[in-house]
Amino acid sequence: MTHPAITLSDITKVYSNGTVALQHLNLAIEEGQFISLVGPSGCGKSTVLRMIAGLGKMSSGQIEWSSGHSQRQLAFVFQEAALMPWATVQDNVRLPLKLAGVSYSASRTAVAEALELVDLTGFEKCYPRELSGGMKMRVSIARALVTKPEVLLMDEPFGALDEMTRSRLNSDLLALWSQKQWTVIFVTHNIYEAVYLSNRVIVMAARPGRVVADVPIAAPYPRTEEFRLSPLYGEYCRQISSALSQAASGQDVAIANPDRRAAEYV
Amino acid sequence: MLLRQLTALILELQNLLMGRINFTAGSDRPNGSIPALAAKPIGKLGTAGLSGMRQLLSADLLAPVGVGFLVLAFWEIAVRMSGVQPYLLPGPLLVLQTLISEWGTLFPSLVITFQITLAAFVVAVISGLLVSVLFTQSKWIERSFFPYAVILQTTPVVAIAPLIIIWVRQVVPGDNSTFVALVICAWIVALFPIIANTTLGLNSADHNLINLFQLYKASRWQTLLHLRLPSAMPYFLGGLRISGGLALIGAVVAEFVAGTGGTKSGIAYQILISSYNLQIPRMFAALLMTTGLGVLIFVLLTLLSDFLLGKWHESAVRREN
Repeated sequence: MTHPAITLSDITKVYSNGTVALQHLNLAIEEGQFISLVGPSGCGKSTVLRMIAGLGKMSSGQIEWSSGHSQRQLAFVFQEAALMPWATVQDNVRLPLKLAGVSYSASRTAVAEALELVDLTGFEKCYPRELSGGMKMRVSIARALVTKPEVLLMDEPFGALDEMTRSRLNSDLLALWSQKQWTVIFVTHNIYEAVYLSNRVIVMAARPGRVVADVPIAAPYPRTEEFRLSPLYGEYCRQISSALSQAASGQDVAIANPDRRAAEYV
Repeated sequence: MLLRQLTALILELQNLLMGRINFTAGSDRPNGSIPALAAKPIGKLGTAGLSGMRQLLSADLLAPVGVGFLVLAFWEIAVRMSGVQPYLLPGPLLVLQTLISEWGTLFPSLVITFQITLAAFVVAVISGLLVSVLFTQSKWIERSFFPYAVILQTTPVVAIAPLIIIWVRQVVPGDNSTFVALVICAWIVALFPIIANTTLGLNSADHNLINLFQLYKASRWQTLLHLRLPSAMPYFLGGLRISGGLALIGAVVAEFVAGTGGTKSGIAYQILISSYNLQIPRMFAALLMTTGLGVLIFVLLTLLSDFLLGKWHESAVRREN
């Protein structure tokens, strides 16, 4: 098992209107892990991402980065594609480099590579309005990848897409992840998506936002369509779903089968 | 004979507009260098949009022109049938004749009014933009000064024009005094739409993009240049269209108050003098010129807006349905 890349210790976030977004949250994220945060809206899963990204202050607690890592090497993908409508695809992707002061010619290769990764070569000169929702999301991902990040934060990136586009982007994302070995922190409210993608699912509950279950998904990669149909997949989904409903009804969540978890987590 | 001239003019105008559309449709394909994959959706959009636009435009143009002709014809016939005196209501043909015969005296006045309008407009655009940027740099600056911008806007320019003329005369002696005073009056009227619209635009940048800029440690200047100003563009251009017309109105109103004769008198002075002398056809002709200038300013600013936003903003994108 690898050492933690990011350690969140005892994080509490209270908004100015008194809402407790997060309460005493502890989470160690290991290097190269694909970790999903699932939970109802208002459970603070997006807030966790924002805290890690350094957008907004914590009320208390701290976030530690292991040596060799820093916030500089992370990238954020938002729920909406958040593209600049006045800029072409390539200018949108180039934005992080431009803000870092990299010249146009020096950033050309990086932009082309990022676009190739998300399979958008040939669309460099298009404007966002000419693209479908799925393609816009790909541009948004390319923009995140252009700085060659080591940590990828994704806030419900496929939430607004139709099911077919979503599942296609899911498998494309997995293929990229196995190639690049980023640490991915993926926020979603879709249990099936979380189980399919991750090797660890964190279940959160709302009011106050907290972690209620930590479920390792031990299925091997690459994950194919067969995995989606396997009983193991169904079992994981059921487990997470029941953790969510127990938390919603106010019961304490018993973390299921600790022995099996340990055995399966390779 | 006049009718034939007018028809020719309209045909020419239509050709001009068609030419513009061909130009924008062509520019949809930057450098023609998009690979086959991308060319497909764009090409489709381009051609379908083109024929659609042509249809829309001919109807767009023909309908109001038709209505205009009907009204003018009715007006002319009504004037001739009823025998109303020209100093009460001249017919459109008489107005047109007067416009041509009086062109030599009216046009120089229009040029002066246009100079005042243009100067006021340019100053309003620059100062409005600067003030808006300043407003968005700090909530406190906006809170402290915005009410005064509103007060400036709601004070009737007719009421303060005499004061401004007197004050400017103290500071700027000589021939240019009136010109400067009139520019200031027109500027006061033209300024507010630019401030209000641009401030709104600068504040309505996509929240996720603001977060993204923050994440990549963008400086204040970078955020302004690459995010806030482009986001504000459609709002700013909307403000420009309102402000262009208002600058002209401001200039004309101030000229009415100033009422200067001599060589440097604007078109409003000509309207005033014509009405005093009961030269009503001449007054109509001057009025027509002023309106024409206003329409021209609006059309030019609309073309500018379409040109700048054409590729990305919803307001300038033609739909197929």
